[in-house]
Amino acid sequence: MSGTLLRRLPYLAASTGAAVLFTLPFVWLISASLRPREYVFGTGFLPLPFAPANYAEAWSAVPLPTWLFNSVLVGVAAAAAVTISSAWVAFGFAYFRFPGRDLLFGLVLATMMLPFAVTMIPTYLIWSELRLTDTQVPLWAGNLFGSAFYIFLLRQFLLSLPREYFEAARVDGASYPQLFWKLAFPLIRPALLVAFVFEFKASWTDLLKPLIYLRNEELFTLPRGLKVVLDRFGYGGEQQWEVVLAGSVIATVPMLVLFFLAQRHFVEGIATSGRKG
Amino acid sequence: MGTATVPAGRRPAGVVPARRRPVRPGRSPSARREARWAYLFLAPWLVGFLAFQAGPMIASAWLSLTEYDVINEPRFTGLDNYRQLTSDPQVARSLGNTVLYTLLHVPLVMVLSLGLALLLHRVGRFQGFFRTVFYLPVMTPAVAVGILFLLLLNTQDGLVNRGLALVGVDGPSWTTDPDWILPGIVLMSLWSLGSTVIIYLAALQNVPRDLYEAASIDGAGRWARFRTVTLPMISGALFFTLVVNTIASLQMFTEVYTMYFGNRETQNRFNSDAATFYVIHLFQEAFQFLHMGFASAMAWLLFVIILLITLVQMKLGNRFVYYEGDDR
Repeated sequence: MSGTLLRRLPYLAASTGAAVLFTLPFVWLISASLRPREYVFGTGFLPLPFAPANYAEAWSAVPLPTWLFNSVLVGVAAAAAVTISSAWVAFGFAYFRFPGRDLLFGLVLATMMLPFAVTMIPTYLIWSELRLTDTQVPLWAGNLFGSAFYIFLLRQFLLSLPREYFEAARVDGASYPQLFWKLAFPLIRPALLVAFVFEFKASWTDLLKPLIYLRNEELFTLPRGLKVVLDRFGYGGEQQWEVVLAGSVIATVPMLVLFFLAQRHFVEGIATSGRKG
Repeated sequence: MGTATVPAGRRPAGVVPARRRPVRPGRSPSARREARWAYLFLAPWLVGFLAFQAGPMIASAWLSLTEYDVINEPRFTGLDNYRQLTSDPQVARSLGNTVLYTLLHVPLVMVLSLGLALLLHRVGRFQGFFRTVFYLPVMTPAVAVGILFLLLLNTQDGLVNRGLALVGVDGPSWTTDPDWILPGIVLMSLWSLGSTVIIYLAALQNVPRDLYEAASIDGAGRWARFRTVTLPMISGALFFTLVVNTIASLQMFTEVYTMYFGNRETQNRFNSDAATFYVIHLFQEAFQFLHMGFASAMAWLLFVIILLITLVQMKLGNRFVYYEGDDR
């Protein structure tokens, strides 16, 4: 036992060194956000002098609570929409046999290659035609139609379930939607969570769509709001970096919490994405 | 790992026996009914595909042949936009920056991630802890990453240059010197390599142990085992990350936009030409200058570039990637 530990020591040391290097930016971010303005760039990694009031200032200087609320709302809508619709479609691909199935599924996979930039302008024109620009609808409603990666992921998962479950339920007179809601949906819960947390994170981080669609500050999500904070309090304004940093921490912490709560699902999702190659 | 484990290469013991011939509609009423239901399940995706993917692609192709400012009707101008693409210095500059960034970012991410994954593969039960540490930067919202690195890369007071000073190096002006802006962005991008590490780690865990033992018996040293066993066995994961990271970095937007754009003050203060990435320029043309036609042409050029690069990579991939089951 101690032999293996000894053999592992060099690897442990090197990993620790790299881990410290990767953690330093976080440590600096948090401690700098807790220092008074003139000490933001101060030496050291300790939040000294200690100035937690930075957070109160950031909280009241801009509508941070509103943005936080918006981000949660849009994130949940985006994640729930994409999870349910992708599962529905994935069930179609996994359970049924019909002409053209493999061809269609190939098409689903091919859309993963399509750059967002190519569809960005016409998609904007659609929402503009529907008079839904400067609302939060375009930030999540596109997710109601499923998304290629999640359809792929959930189909894989459905394929690993024994078909007999479903046939037995069919014999008992269950309809296809019942098969989906009552049987498949609960059984693939772990994969649904993978899709949900991934999409929630993607939505929480997205800047491009809010930049395109939102003008009214009251509707902003956190990344869009944080950009305003940077432009207003950072270089553009009075160099109140402590406010900018406190805002950045407020935007980041929920994601770190989410990761610790759903770590297994994130790792699962990434590892699966690598395996499809 | 627990849940969605359908290992590569093995056919899932699935709901659908894949080799059975599909039932043709019109054979029996029940088969026809089943096919109807199938399409009902597929309907959301089909609608979304037509409305938000295929439709917009066609619309974008048409718009790229027009002059369109959203207010007035599109005016057909033939290939003018494409001609302008080839002569616009901003397009050339932003494309050059983006390609250079991709050429630096992708190989660096792959090599560093592989190094880290190989380390983590050997640290035993601490692996989960380290995996978390390297993944946390990926969870950080991109705007916050941009803000953080704008300060970390600060010439006088930034953490990076202070670190360099410790080893006697006089750090460059990462955020203001046009020659150093791109390297600074690459440096920032390396912080978020966690996903790639996790993919490699999962691949390393799937390499059968007996292959290493067999290689050792044949007298293969450490390097020979790495070259003849590890690399071929994880070539699928390497290839996947090559393709995905390339596509993503050709579309780099958020962090760089946060740092250098969107604010007249910042845009003037910094030499923003050096930070103009292709999608940033595209975004500005479309939504700030309302040159929707020209921006659509830019989008199609990007699409063609990504498609060509991906096809070339696939072609190379077929030569170098070992897929489990190839020799069965």
